[in-house]
Amino acid sequence: MSISNKTAIVGVGATPYYRRGESHPQTMNEMGCKAIIAAVQDAGLNVRDINGFAYYSGGFDTPALMETLGIPEVRYSAMVTSGGGGSVGAVGLAASAIVAGMADTMVVVFCMQQPAGKRYGSIMSRVEPTPDKAFYTSSGLVGPGHFFAMLARRHMHLYGTRREAFAEVAMSGRLNAMTRPEARFRTELTLEEYFKAPMIADPLCRYDFCLENDIAIAVVLTSAERARDLRQKPVYVMAAEHGGRREWGRAIASMNMPEAYFASGGHASVAQHLYRDAGITPADVDVAEIYDHFSPMVVMQLEDYGFCERGEGGAFVEAGNIRYRGGSIPVNTHGGNLSEAYAVGMTHLREAVEQMRGTAVNQVDGAEIALVTGGPASLPVSGLLLRR
Amino acid sequence: MTEPVLVSKAPPDSLFELATDQWTEPYWQAAREHRLVWPTCTACGAARELGAPFCHHCLSQDIAWKPLSGRGTLYSYTVVRFPLIEAMNDCVPYVPAVVELEGAGGHRLISNVVGAPLDALRVGAAVEVSWHDRADGVTVARFVLAE
Repeated sequence: MSISNKTAIVGVGATPYYRRGESHPQTMNEMGCKAIIAAVQDAGLNVRDINGFAYYSGGFDTPALMETLGIPEVRYSAMVTSGGGGSVGAVGLAASAIVAGMADTMVVVFCMQQPAGKRYGSIMSRVEPTPDKAFYTSSGLVGPGHFFAMLARRHMHLYGTRREAFAEVAMSGRLNAMTRPEARFRTELTLEEYFKAPMIADPLCRYDFCLENDIAIAVVLTSAERARDLRQKPVYVMAAEHGGRREWGRAIASMNMPEAYFASGGHASVAQHLYRDAGITPADVDVAEIYDHFSPMVVMQLEDYGFCERGEGGAFVEAGNIRYRGGSIPVNTHGGNLSEAYAVGMTHLREAVEQMRGTAVNQVDGAEIALVTGGPASLPVSGLLLRR
Repeated sequence: MTEPVLVSKAPPDSLFELATDQWTEPYWQAAREHRLVWPTCTACGAARELGAPFCHHCLSQDIAWKPLSGRGTLYSYTVVRFPLIEAMNDCVPYVPAVVELEGAGGHRLISNVVGAPLDALRVGAAVEVSWHDRADGVTVARFVLAE
């Protein structure tokens, strides 16, 4: 049984995009509920219509949401395991629940709020000591960027990828952010500025790192049939996949990926299933919202998703192919995690929905199919194809 | 005038608190004796995942800790130049590295390359183990560039 085109995203809601820490004293539950209320209003539904939740990366407490919002009954509550890799896998989880008849109106919600005194960028300096983590915490790997820098270095070594390619990911995203009202950085980034930025962890400089923000975003899904009667133009779930191969496994938590996987985004198998399930090829994708916690991981995912051959991501990007104007595949049309904001995958999802509705700030003319990816991280990673 | 070449330092000890279990304790015990060891499956002979309670080839729990030469190659690395937290202030630059260990069946250790001129670092460079004994009795394997 396929879920293809049987469900649709019918509502999107978000809180403002706060700078890191500025959303306090709101609680995560409060912010999540604000996003959910906005999403059901956008759809023309009521919170009491919700009868299922799909989460990722820790998610929310379902009874707390029910009590807060007055939701009378829930028939489905599940979470894609692991972290931000599963972000769009949660949309697939929601769609599969609806197709299976286990719920009618599903919500995917995520809130990112930096706790006082902690920040995501140095999160590994505060992890609870465990026997498995001992093999990397001793090495001064304080933040995720330190790990991904080593994947980037290997890609450069194997394929001759240049920092100019990482710069192009940052610059093209910034160009898109300049016209996006929610974006936190809206001034042009030049190649000269990129190369003058402080080096955080070779080969990654400040502009290769995602932003840190406080944001909640929710989307509402229902059956394709019911979606036709609602307020917004339905955005159909063509295919969704979460998982990945053992060779990628814990990825940066083990660094034992075989050669073909180490300098990659770990999405190759997910991409194959996704295209097969949707019955399309990469050439059919009109716009791609690609998880960019670190700029080199966009280069590697472009390879995973077949927009270019393995090892050619650097040259592909440097040739201007990911630009909103003139590119063969416009990428991160909202400015992405590097320039717009970071919400562990949800900003990419929101932008893809807007692109498919035809309401995006940087609307890709005639775009009918959008790809969204979850973050390269420990499995599962995830991919999603939406269509108009 | 050219800038002097910096030499890699080491991350602060304060970042790391050791926790062990029965599947990792022998590794750390050997480290205290300045021996680098790797878990090997005595049923099928395969090199095992460090810390795993089963051999993922044959699912046996039988394990032996095989001594390694301490040599390896630099599979990848980063140079941490910017102190993200206060504890790093006096420690940069330091070099987290992924080291492919000789005799470990393609397995790698996440470690550090210390005392290396930054301009001498290369993917594929030969490295060898160098032990860091901490005041709290924990010993950590680090690597230096091999001659």
